[in-house]
Amino acid sequence: MAEAKFLKFDTLSLHAGQRPDPATGARAVPIYQSTSFVFDDTDHAASLFNLERAGHIYSRISNPTVAVLEERLAALEGGVGAVCTASGQAALTLAILTLMDAGGHIVASSSLYGGSRNLLAYTLPRFGITTTFVNPRDLDGFRNAIRPETRLVFGEVLGNPGLEVLDIPKVSQIAHDAGLPLLVDATFVTPYLCKPLSFGADLVMHSCTKWLAGHGVAIGGVVIDGGTFDWEASGKFPTLTEPYAGYHGIDFVEEFGPAAFVMRARAEGLRDFGACMSPMNAFQILQGVETLPLRMKGHIHNTRKVVGFLESEAYSDKGSVAWVTYPELVDHPDHRLSARLLPHGAGSIISFGIRSSDPGGGRDAGRRFIEKLALFSHLANVGDAKSLVIHPASTTHAQLDAEALKASGVGEDMIRLSIGLEDCDDLIDDLRQALRAATKP
Amino acid sequence: MELSVNGHAVYAHTGGRPFDPALPVVVLIHGAGMDHTVWSLQTRYLAHHGRAVLAVDLPGHGRSAGAPLASVAELADWIVALLDAAGVERAALVGHSMGALVALDTAARHGGRVESLALLGVAEVMPVHPDLLAAAAANDPSSIELVIGWGHGPRGHVGGSAAPGLALLPGGRRLMQRTPPGVLGVDLAACNAYARGTEAASAVACPTLFLLGAADRMTPAKAGRALAAKVKSSQVVVLPGIGHMVMTESPDAVVDALAEHLAPKAR
Repeated sequence: MAEAKFLKFDTLSLHAGQRPDPATGARAVPIYQSTSFVFDDTDHAASLFNLERAGHIYSRISNPTVAVLEERLAALEGGVGAVCTASGQAALTLAILTLMDAGGHIVASSSLYGGSRNLLAYTLPRFGITTTFVNPRDLDGFRNAIRPETRLVFGEVLGNPGLEVLDIPKVSQIAHDAGLPLLVDATFVTPYLCKPLSFGADLVMHSCTKWLAGHGVAIGGVVIDGGTFDWEASGKFPTLTEPYAGYHGIDFVEEFGPAAFVMRARAEGLRDFGACMSPMNAFQILQGVETLPLRMKGHIHNTRKVVGFLESEAYSDKGSVAWVTYPELVDHPDHRLSARLLPHGAGSIISFGIRSSDPGGGRDAGRRFIEKLALFSHLANVGDAKSLVIHPASTTHAQLDAEALKASGVGEDMIRLSIGLEDCDDLIDDLRQALRAATKP
Repeated sequence: MELSVNGHAVYAHTGGRPFDPALPVVVLIHGAGMDHTVWSLQTRYLAHHGRAVLAVDLPGHGRSAGAPLASVAELADWIVALLDAAGVERAALVGHSMGALVALDTAARHGGRVESLALLGVAEVMPVHPDLLAAAAANDPSSIELVIGWGHGPRGHVGGSAAPGLALLPGGRRLMQRTPPGVLGVDLAACNAYARGTEAASAVACPTLFLLGAADRMTPAKAGRALAAKVKSSQVVVLPGIGHMVMTESPDAVVDALAEHLAPKAR
């Protein structure tokens, strides 16, 4: 029998979720810059509000342009559905608030984007949701931190900025054994490099602002539902398994089966918290997703070259690099895991420390290095087509005290590079001259 | 709602309204390896438009207990037992794929219990390739990939889902992965063995709607039309670009067609 044929990743990046606009024939995804959509008649209006018919009502809840991006990202990750949000932070917040109430507890990797850590450590406790942070390499730590009130396990595929690789198969098993879902932030890898759902994660989120968009012109987030988690068997998720008075008494699992989480996240979370993505941002992010496979190949090619250069500096007696962290390097503690989960490349973030005999140590040399760079842009973003640089201890992770910095894997001397799509020889030339200038006696 | 049929607990979704057998009753019957959630939009619409709806999970599927039944005829007799358990004398039957064969066979042999039929993704015979039968019998995951891959038309594969943000193909795959091991193999064998299509179609006396996908590669629209030609009172609607998963690939068109088909008609 002929085997089943499915559209492949590059094709889905260009086509998934969209067919030419039926009204105009437009081939590109039109920007439906409209707050609201006209009902056919009063019965159609009532049916849409009652989830008897599929369609758009009001762009806070759904919008045709945003829906194309949602479906495309769900298809690329292999999820049953997706909800796009105003930012990656909004995606994380939406996922958490869909799953738990005050009194809920999260077990999270300690190596997280600083903004996510702020949300979990400082902001959500004000609403009665607390988090225990665990070193992402400490599997027993995950297991031991789970309590009766725990509702979610959370980590990043690649820790930020320490680049620890999350053992998704093992951590998801630990979560599942406790009747809990695993949410993974896959921003640093995109579905081109890693599909966390295929390794056992139940929910995936991205800051679309980064590699998915690539151009650095639009903020956005997404949470994708794998449709795999059995909310009823767990028994810990009444938001999904009991009638919801706020929506005609719907029991989301009974009604929508595998799509229960994503339906509740939209029907309640977007409706009430309102952190929706604008149609213009969805359009701009879609332009990026169309070239995702091409760009990720370029990012990985350049990153491997730059890692090679930094390694040669680190191994040379006269070199100005003290250490280099990239998961593909054999001295990286997770390099075997990286080869398994990230065979096409371990992202385009590199961390390194500057070798310096200054009294100020690597911190001062790091500052001088960043100031001397000409091509790398010093800013608080990653995943742009242009190469970027930052000193995490004084910027993205500045809210963390010394202990939390250490727990997050951020050294005072750490420089984080986000490698872009320039000619890699130009990037290496820029790094070389800035290193020389920063470390000359 | 929970019912007891032939000694087993049976689940039927009622579309968000309490089941009232005094209203015109519609029974929605899913296809091989699936459950009531394939009808989620249609169930809610019909339940809120004057019908009492039973979107049933067949034995061994979804939330219903018991072993899957081995033949279309047994499933058709089971539908009659379901109507008895629910206190329903006559109902409109809506079936998809295997469920369409079940509805057809019920109407042919228990005509007094069936008000009307709507058959989606249906053909007189549904031969299943031996490789797929063997894979399903062995619980090989490739059997689900074959059904999902061949079962969806362009709307499923490329997308453009009617429901914002949902991806049809992964959704269908997850639904089938949730079905207990062994069930898909029994279902596909029942479809493959069914040989009474012509005889059953000739015996159907009630109004019958055929809802066919023009891009259906499992039960091609041509085969559906041929079956429709053998039913005395039939109407055919062919949906362009739609594959075998008619009600998920084109939920609104299916709601529209069912609403018209089920509307009380002057006789």
